[in-house]
This record gives sequence, C-alpha cells and structure tokens, in this order.
Amino acid sequence: MPDLGPHAAFIWAAYGVTLVAVVALVVVIVSDDRRQRRLIAELERQGLTRRSAKAATAKAATAKTSTAKPAASAKPKSAPVKTPRARKPKA
Amino acid sequence: MSSAVALFRRDVMLAWREGGTTGTALGFYLVVVAIIPLGLGPDLNLLSRIAPGVLWVALLLASLLSADRIFHNDYEDGSLDILAMGPLPLELVAALKSLAHWVTTGVPLALMAPVLGLLLNLPIEAYPLLMLSMLAGTPAVSFVAAIGAALTLGLRRSGVLLALLVLPLYVPVLIFGVATVSAASVGPASPWPPFLILCALSLASLVLAPIASAAALRTAMR
Amino acid sequence: MWNLANPTQFLSIADRIIPWLAGLTFLLLGIGLYLAFFVAPPDYQQGETVKIMFVHVPAAWLAMFGYTLIAAASIGSLVWRHPLADVAAKTAAPIGATFTFVALVTGSLWGKPMWGTYWVWDARLTSMLVLFLLYLGLIALWQSIEEPGRAGRAAAILAIVGFINVPIIKFSVDWWNTLHQPASIFRAGGPTIDPSLLTPLFVMAAGFTLLFVLLHLIAMRAEILRRRVHALRQMHVEHAAAA
Repeated sequence: MPDLGPHAAFIWAAYGVTLVAVVALVVVIVSDDRRQRRLIAELERQGLTRRSAKAATAKAATAKTSTAKPAASAKPKSAPVKTPRARKPKA
Repeated sequence: MSSAVALFRRDVMLAWREGGTTGTALGFYLVVVAIIPLGLGPDLNLLSRIAPGVLWVALLLASLLSADRIFHNDYEDGSLDILAMGPLPLELVAALKSLAHWVTTGVPLALMAPVLGLLLNLPIEAYPLLMLSMLAGTPAVSFVAAIGAALTLGLRRSGVLLALLVLPLYVPVLIFGVATVSAASVGPASPWPPFLILCALSLASLVLAPIASAAALRTAMR
Repeated sequence: MWNLANPTQFLSIADRIIPWLAGLTFLLLGIGLYLAFFVAPPDYQQGETVKIMFVHVPAAWLAMFGYTLIAAASIGSLVWRHPLADVAAKTAAPIGATFTFVALVTGSLWGKPMWGTYWVWDARLTSMLVLFLLYLGLIALWQSIEEPGRAGRAAAILAIVGFINVPIIKFSVDWWNTLHQPASIFRAGGPTIDPSLLTPLFVMAAGFTLLFVLLHLIAMRAEILRRRVHALRQMHVEHAAAA
C-alpha cells in the first residue's frame, strides 16, 4: 500500500465512504431490478401476458356492441400498455 | 378586475375571520425569538450580532406555518374547481391568494419584527431597514410558499413537506435580507445593494411563482 | 431519443447495453483507482490528501449533472409529454442524491486536514448542501403522492422551479461567502491543476459518469417493469372479478 502521508486516515475514510455509498446504491437498484424482473416472469407464467391483453382488446374492438364485462374492463387497462402515446395518462 | 379584487378581499376576510392565522403566526414568531436567548445565553453582544439572522429565520418559519392554508380550504370545499373554471386565469388566482397570504401573514410579521429586535438587542440604526427589508422580502416568501402549498395540496403531513420543499428556495431571500439588516446595524458596507437584490427577488417571484403555483394546482385537481 | 419513447424498445435496448456498460464502468473505475493511488504524485501544498479530489470532484460533478438531467427530463415530461421522461426523473433522484451525499462527506473529510475543521461554510460546500436539500425535497414529493401521474407532474414542476433557483442560490451563496470569509479559501491544487493530477481525475470522472448512466438505466428498467407489474395485476383483478 502506498504511503499516504500524515492524513492517511482521511483519505481512506473518504474512499471508504464513497465505496460504501456506491455499493449500497448498486445493491438497492440491482435488487429492485431483479425483483421486478422476477415478478414480471411470474405474471407471464400465469398466462397474463400483454398478448392476452391485446387479444382481449382486439375482441372488444371487433365486438363493438358487446357489453361483456371482461372485454370492457380489459380495454381501458390494456390500451395504455399497448402504445406509447396512450401510456401518457398511465405514466 | 372587480372579480380579482373580490377574490383578494374574500381571502383576506376569511383569513382574519378564521381567527388566529395572523395571531398564531405572530405568536410563533414571538416564541421562537424569545427562546433563542434562553438557548444561547443572555450575552447582549452575541445576541445583537445574531439578531438579523434570527429575526429572518424565525420569520421564514412563522410564514410557513400558515402556508398550507393558502389553497387548502378552497380545495376541500370545491371552490378551487369553480375558481379554475371561472373568468380569472388560474395564475392570477394563485397570485391573488399569495398576495392575501402576504397581507395577512407577511406584513404583520414584518411589522412586529422591530419589537422582537428589542429582545435581541438589535442596534437602533437597523430598525428602519429591518422593517423595510422584511416588507420587501416577505412577498417573495408568500409567493414561493404558495408554490409549496399547491404542490402539497391535500397530502398528509403537507405542512412539514411544504417546509422541506420550500426552505431551500428561500436561501437567496434569507441571505440578502440578513445582509441588508447586518449592513445597516454594523456597517461599513451599504445596505442598499443587498436590499435592491431582495426587491428584485420579490418582483421576480411575483411574476414567476404564480405560473408554477397554477401548474401545480392543475396537477392536483386533475 | 424518440426511438426510446416506446418503453418496450427502451427495455430491449437497455437489456443489450447494460452488460457492456457495466464492464466498461468497472474497468474505468479500476484504472482510475490504480492511477489515483499508484501514479498520481502528491500535491506540493496538500500532500497526499489531494487524492480525495479524485472522488470528491467527480461526485460533485455528478450531483450537478444529475439535477440537470432531472430538470431536462421534467421539461420533457411537462412540455413534450415524453412517455419515459417521468421515469427518468424519478429514478435519477436517489442516484443524484447519493452522489451529492458523497460529495459532501468527502468534501468534509478533505476539509479537516486542509482547513482544520470538518465543515466549512465555503460557497461550494454550502451550495452542495442546498442541492442535497433540493434532491431530498424531490424524493419526498415522489414518496408523498400516491397517484403516479400527479406525482410525476408535481415533481417535474418542483424540479424546474429548483433548477431555475440553482444559479440564484449559487450566486447568493457566493456573495454571502465573500462577505463572511475575506481570507481566500484553499482551493484544490491551487488555481491550476497539474496535468499529472488531471489524468486520474478525468478517468475517475468518466468512470463515475458511466456508473451513473448504468445505474440510471437499470433503475429505469426496474421502474418500467414495476409499472407493468402493477398494470398486469390490476388487469388480473378485473378479469377475476368479471369471470
């Protein structure tokens, strides 16, 4: 280790704080990312994909006069997921 | 124009009739300034040196006390929606409400400050500029407080959150306000340059803050 | 920029970039640390403590970069309604706040051997402290508003108001500082930094900047997925209710 002079403790402390802060930040962000990816994978496994939402929307669009509840409730929820512009109110 | 005046007068009347918004702010101001010497010791030299800063900081805190009230009552009973749809632009509504806050909170605090200056042994030469600087700076305080009030409309713990959001924005007003009073009491620098900057800050916030307040009100009401 | 407007496209681009970016980031940081500790000479005035500059200055730079990024994203969100803008603003705040914190602490630790005290109200540190408070306000506002649409718009307004105020605050703090501290403050390496100190500084700054971008991309990906999870769950509930 290089000799850091009489104030070595401050130098080590500064780098130490930086390291701890950066590591904490990385851990928090990466673990949150992993958690979300896991949750999405689980939901998709349960068959709840955006494709199925798209299909439900397509069905509701063609059956305009249909007042079926699943189609009607799927439509407003899936539309924001579909296109970026429609995502505006959701985001 | 008459609807603007009517709105302003209504807000001022409501604040006064609500009983205690002005009084509470003044009381809080008194309490804070009174306990400072109890915390720091009665050394009059020390107190006179810190007096400008203490008077200004306590003023900011006392102003923030009543800030979350600016839009709250109208938001709760739906009047804000009506005002938003009315003939006055929302920016003007926000400006008028900020002005009402200034008249019912800022001005009384500014006028009371010299009395509290006595408690802190503020040099007598500083008194005129103390009041002048506070009358010039409190519009900025009220108008910026309205931005915070609009952003935190209807939220829990909005009072504390409002203070957290708004106090960093008060740094320039605080610095130049205190500098004005310090220069007047200690010298040798002239108090007028920081005073003019303080006036500029107030004028700028008079124009710009209502834009942000109105935008924030729209997000809260959507 | 507009190719990234579609969240799905953003996710696929992010998935591809992130591993490479991670490798490059840690490579640069590794080189920077090596240069800092084994190559950079001691400063003729400050001795070895000048090495703190290699973390303090990049952290301070990223603190300001982060807030500028948030302000730009806020304008994109309010004015152009860019779909990912509020995701960008929300996720950048904790990262920027962390770097601000690092800048403050390393600045304080640098100050003790230099000026004899852990905290000095010099213009730069004071401005950095106010910036930290602005970050905290943004994060607090995001946490306090439950409806994400309103939270995004309110935070955007606050970010822009804060950004406009930053030069005013900086000016007032500078002015205040000259009023109260007529003695000149010891600046890092004197008025000009020797080139032998500049290279480690730039490498560390580049490494830290890439780290910011890397963490920001990962956080944005997580936030987009979080919103999708939420939307899918809501759909699930409604399908179950309708069935």
